[in-house]
Amino acid sequence: MDTTERGLGEVLEGSDQRAAGATHRVTLTLKIRRFNPELRGQESWWDEFEIQADPDDRLLDALHQVKWYHDGTLALRRSCAHGICGSDAMMIDGKNRLACKVIVRDVVPKVTVEPIRGLPVLKDLIVDMEPFFAGYRSVLPYLINDSGEPDAERLQSPEDRHRFDDTTKCILCAACTTSCPIFWGDQEYVGPAAIVNAHRFIYDSRDEGAEERMKILADKTGVFRCRTTFNCTDACPRGIEVTKAIQDVKRSILFERF
Amino acid sequence: MTTFHTYDTLIVGAGGAGLRAAIEASDRVRTAVISKLYPTRSHTGTAQGGMCAALANVEEDSPEWHAFDTVKGGDYLVDQPAAKLMCEEAVHAVYELEHWGLPFNRTPEGKIDQRRFGGHTRNHGEAPVKRACFAADRTGHMILQTLYQQCVKRNVRFFNEFYVLDQLMVDGACAGVVAYELATGELHVFRAKSVVYATGGYGRMFKVSSNAHTLTGDGPAVLFRRGIPLEDMEFFQFHPTGVYKMGILLSEAVRGEGGVLLNSEDERFMERYAPTVKDLAPRDMVSRAIFQEIREGRGAGPNRDAVWLDVRHLPRDVIEEKLPDVTEFARVYLGVEPTRELVPIQPTAHYAMGGIPTNVDGQVVLGQDETPVPGLYAAGECACVSVHGANRLGTNSLLDIVVFGKRGGKHAAAFAADAELPELPERPEGSVRDTVNGLLNRPEGANAADIRNELQDSMQDLAFVVRTEESLRKMQEILVGLGERFERVYVQDSGAVFNTELMEVMELGFLLDCADALVAAALARDESRGGHYREDHPLRDDANWLQHSLAYRQDDGSIRLEHKPVKLGPYVPMERKY
Repeated sequence: MDTTERGLGEVLEGSDQRAAGATHRVTLTLKIRRFNPELRGQESWWDEFEIQADPDDRLLDALHQVKWYHDGTLALRRSCAHGICGSDAMMIDGKNRLACKVIVRDVVPKVTVEPIRGLPVLKDLIVDMEPFFAGYRSVLPYLINDSGEPDAERLQSPEDRHRFDDTTKCILCAACTTSCPIFWGDQEYVGPAAIVNAHRFIYDSRDEGAEERMKILADKTGVFRCRTTFNCTDACPRGIEVTKAIQDVKRSILFERF
Repeated sequence: MTTFHTYDTLIVGAGGAGLRAAIEASDRVRTAVISKLYPTRSHTGTAQGGMCAALANVEEDSPEWHAFDTVKGGDYLVDQPAAKLMCEEAVHAVYELEHWGLPFNRTPEGKIDQRRFGGHTRNHGEAPVKRACFAADRTGHMILQTLYQQCVKRNVRFFNEFYVLDQLMVDGACAGVVAYELATGELHVFRAKSVVYATGGYGRMFKVSSNAHTLTGDGPAVLFRRGIPLEDMEFFQFHPTGVYKMGILLSEAVRGEGGVLLNSEDERFMERYAPTVKDLAPRDMVSRAIFQEIREGRGAGPNRDAVWLDVRHLPRDVIEEKLPDVTEFARVYLGVEPTRELVPIQPTAHYAMGGIPTNVDGQVVLGQDETPVPGLYAAGECACVSVHGANRLGTNSLLDIVVFGKRGGKHAAAFAADAELPELPERPEGSVRDTVNGLLNRPEGANAADIRNELQDSMQDLAFVVRTEESLRKMQEILVGLGERFERVYVQDSGAVFNTELMEVMELGFLLDCADALVAAALARDESRGGHYREDHPLRDDANWLQHSLAYRQDDGSIRLEHKPVKLGPYVPMERKY
């Protein structure tokens, strides 16, 4: 048996165990950066919690265990718990991830959890999202088409539809924008997520607002701030090729007439 | 400190129904949306498979066939005029979303592509029909994004992370709401002529659920506490294909695209239960079939308490282009590679057919004669029109939120345009203030997570796919005990800034209210229909039960039930075969 086959065998065995609802639990230490202006003013600190978790649990489940049985003051945002609502972006072991898409078995025995960077921390893992959404709103994130509406749908070829498919996946979790060193240094930069959402319309064959958006993104707060460090692409929980989308927009601004 | 605001129309909740209502109302009157989440976090975003409308882009179809399927799928508890209206308005609703930029998948000719979905058939049940308009397997995400984009364009006023905890009523009419601001702990009184509730479902009362942690029946419970009845609460949908143990939804689109269910003997067992449409039977039937297979020893997996979802035979491009998210869920959460492995699934608590009773204009209505409550509206999953009856068909929820969100928003705004600004009751925030202070000042007490776990575990055991009088009576006793413990619940965080623990306790209280109503109505309904299956009364009983139930919270805390007839139409109830 070569290694590839053995690898597959292990995967199958692993999934069988999961399907069996394996109850063996593991010890996980969560090191969490805390901030609570009502308790300690502007000082942040670290707390450590040791819990027993099912290895198949999400890190979000582990954070819930801390909140529900150890420290009720721990504050975080979450909702859908399966990577779609975009509430629980955090810095997990130094990388921006959604807590509901990190599995305990991948981080035992110890995991470090911090708020995403570059946005003001309000309490523990909760940051002020308003600057992020202001960036999003600034790129006119809606279809612009004043040519009148047909009775039925506008036609769009599957190829034209495919052109902007990747950037329609954005869930506005801010993992990309808050992983960007340029954004950390200068919050005037609209950031990767805003550009992704501009991209989604610029390359939509039904849209007529590309020129206006490109003007906004050609500005000093726009795409040319990007230094292609690819942090954003690595951080995106939806697998969007964020850096590529930014490069698409740069190229269009430089070489295409809109 | 209390802050006062005045608006014409308020929308509570910012999912699909709330945002669609906001678009409609904000064009007409002074409107604000109050949401406990950022709008794009709303659970509409997790809907996957599609939104049905008889566009006939791919196959012959008609709104009338769609209406028939909706009524039959709902096991004839559907109000037929409402279903007819929804299916007729569906076509325009899809075009409108497309005009607003929704990136639907396309046919080679560039039209909106359509695919099959459970219970949707050609010519009254002849064969499955391609009726579901979709954007890969993230149709809900695209609807939520598109509607939010339109709100951004219109500069709609949002109060994000404001949690509505009380409805203000004066002389039986709506006067506004009281909300708790999460960031500061401050209370806000919103005086308004009309309010549209669009707060979604309450699936979190069950242990295995596809619902977000935040789906806790807030809107229905707030109104229930103010004397508004809840309709058809016993009808809850258990979706057949949830991720084993976790409940994360694996869309019916998987079967729409050709995926099949297998038992431990590798048998495609749905052929026995629904010979014509097989794996595309309505969800209640498929969930019961799975339950039956497991009970008869043909459950799959080492514990024999799951069945397999099989997509190994599907073309790779169908999996990658049309089902990418679902495939990733299996990989991330089960460690399974669906292109070559079977995916273990089990039914998951998914959708509330019941809720706040409304008419087709979104007006909240009272009693058997359906008297509208002036200024009060509801739409989407928290409402009961009723277009889903005893079992909702797949995709009809996205359709419901768009059609009735629009109608609710439009009528709430029209009402507000003509109405005087209502007077506020004395000390309008008093009730909420007392509750919050009581919780924050309690030095010790019961653990909320323990109460919630026990609620979820016992609802799962006693009020899930299969129910009996005995199980429901036991559940009722448990709920009494949980309610008593909740009276003594303890909040460790006494702070004002983002006290999410306090918020979770409020949510738990609302869940307990919804569970009380669900169990009381389920106990009374001694028949089986749609999502409500009583093993001790396994047949549908049209002679006695072709009627909706209404649950009222009485002053002494008990629940009173009354019933109102189903609005029938052209479709005569017959045995449901697929």
